[in-house]
Amino acid sequence: MKLIKTSTAGTMESNDIMITLEPREEGGISIDLTSNVMQQFGRQIENVIRETLTKNGVENAAVIAVDKGALDCTICARCCTAIFRAAESDAYEWEVKQNVR
Amino acid sequence: MYVKDRLRRSMMFVPGNNPGMIRDAHIYGADSIMFDLEDSVAYSEKDSARFLVYNALKTLHFGTKETVVRINDLGSGLGIKDLEAVVRAGVQVVRLPKTDSAQDVIDCEREIERIEREAGIPVGSTGMMAAIESANGVLNAAEIAKASKRLIGVALGAEDYVTDLKTTRSDGIELLFARSMILNAARAAGIAALDTVYSDVNNEEGFVAEATLIKKLGFDGKSVINPRQIEPLHKVFMPAEKDLAKARAIMEAIAEANARGSGVASLKGKMIDKPVVTRAKRLLDLYEAGSKISEVEDD
Repeated sequence: MKLIKTSTAGTMESNDIMITLEPREEGGISIDLTSNVMQQFGRQIENVIRETLTKNGVENAAVIAVDKGALDCTICARCCTAIFRAAESDAYEWEVKQNVR
Repeated sequence: MYVKDRLRRSMMFVPGNNPGMIRDAHIYGADSIMFDLEDSVAYSEKDSARFLVYNALKTLHFGTKETVVRINDLGSGLGIKDLEAVVRAGVQVVRLPKTDSAQDVIDCEREIERIEREAGIPVGSTGMMAAIESANGVLNAAEIAKASKRLIGVALGAEDYVTDLKTTRSDGIELLFARSMILNAARAAGIAALDTVYSDVNNEEGFVAEATLIKKLGFDGKSVINPRQIEPLHKVFMPAEKDLAKARAIMEAIAEANARGSGVASLKGKMIDKPVVTRAKRLLDLYEAGSKISEVEDD
């Protein structure tokens, strides 16, 4: 996934996370995370962000994340929104929920 | 997988781009949770809400609650994208807004079926409900309600409807024709009839009056926009003790007559007709279903 512009997704409201994604040519992924539950969940939040970027083929990007107590599904959703906005694409491959098939 | 016939006294709208409300939606006791991708989401955030509802449906558990998503209309270009996400995420019911004709339902069903096939989901797993929000839609209500086997119900969307009629919402007289049409269309098709929202959340008296009216008309339930409206709504739909006692007596009299091998039952000297039995059974079913859901929530 080729990122072509800086994007943001999410809000600063409780239970949400604001993700800013800046394209980079190289240097891998850097994550600057602020969270009011940093001590307990900081590593988990970073993992979700990193996994979502990797899964969507983003190899180089600078992420600024301000977390307000978001669940993993919210972090994933906001990351995906930021990625596809930065790539100016809507070709997301929606996956089927387990047990639905 | 959706359930065609179930308790739907309350369908609570939850804005699709609000993670906190989505997280807490199941705790308030509504029978159905309706995640909204349409009117409560700004145009610039449609993508964001779609990702959020998709991820929430895939990962959160909503207990005994029915999950519904109100998509954007197919003509907007957004509705198809919404379907691609929410059908794969396993939503139980898709609410189609602005349904003007049976063709709108058929078009939406065709897309749902295509997505189910492409995704390897059993065809027919996803239910639908149609919201009627225009004069055309009301006049076509009977055809709309019979347009798909997937339909679990038809609903009135009053705000757009009164605008189309060139009036405003007042004491409810302006909605009488639409409500009657939608209710009769639903009953003729054997599906649920669901009433519109009551927007003034601070006016509980007005809300209860409207809920009482739609229950009298025969509606199965109503959309709500605030958790505060759920309890008063369920109270309106809860059968009164004297009605329950009468219904139980009717069913006992029927059981006794059956045990005697008699085809005719009577109670206090009056013969019990078939519609009386049907109403008594429906009342007891409603009470039992309401009690069961309360027990699950208490656990």
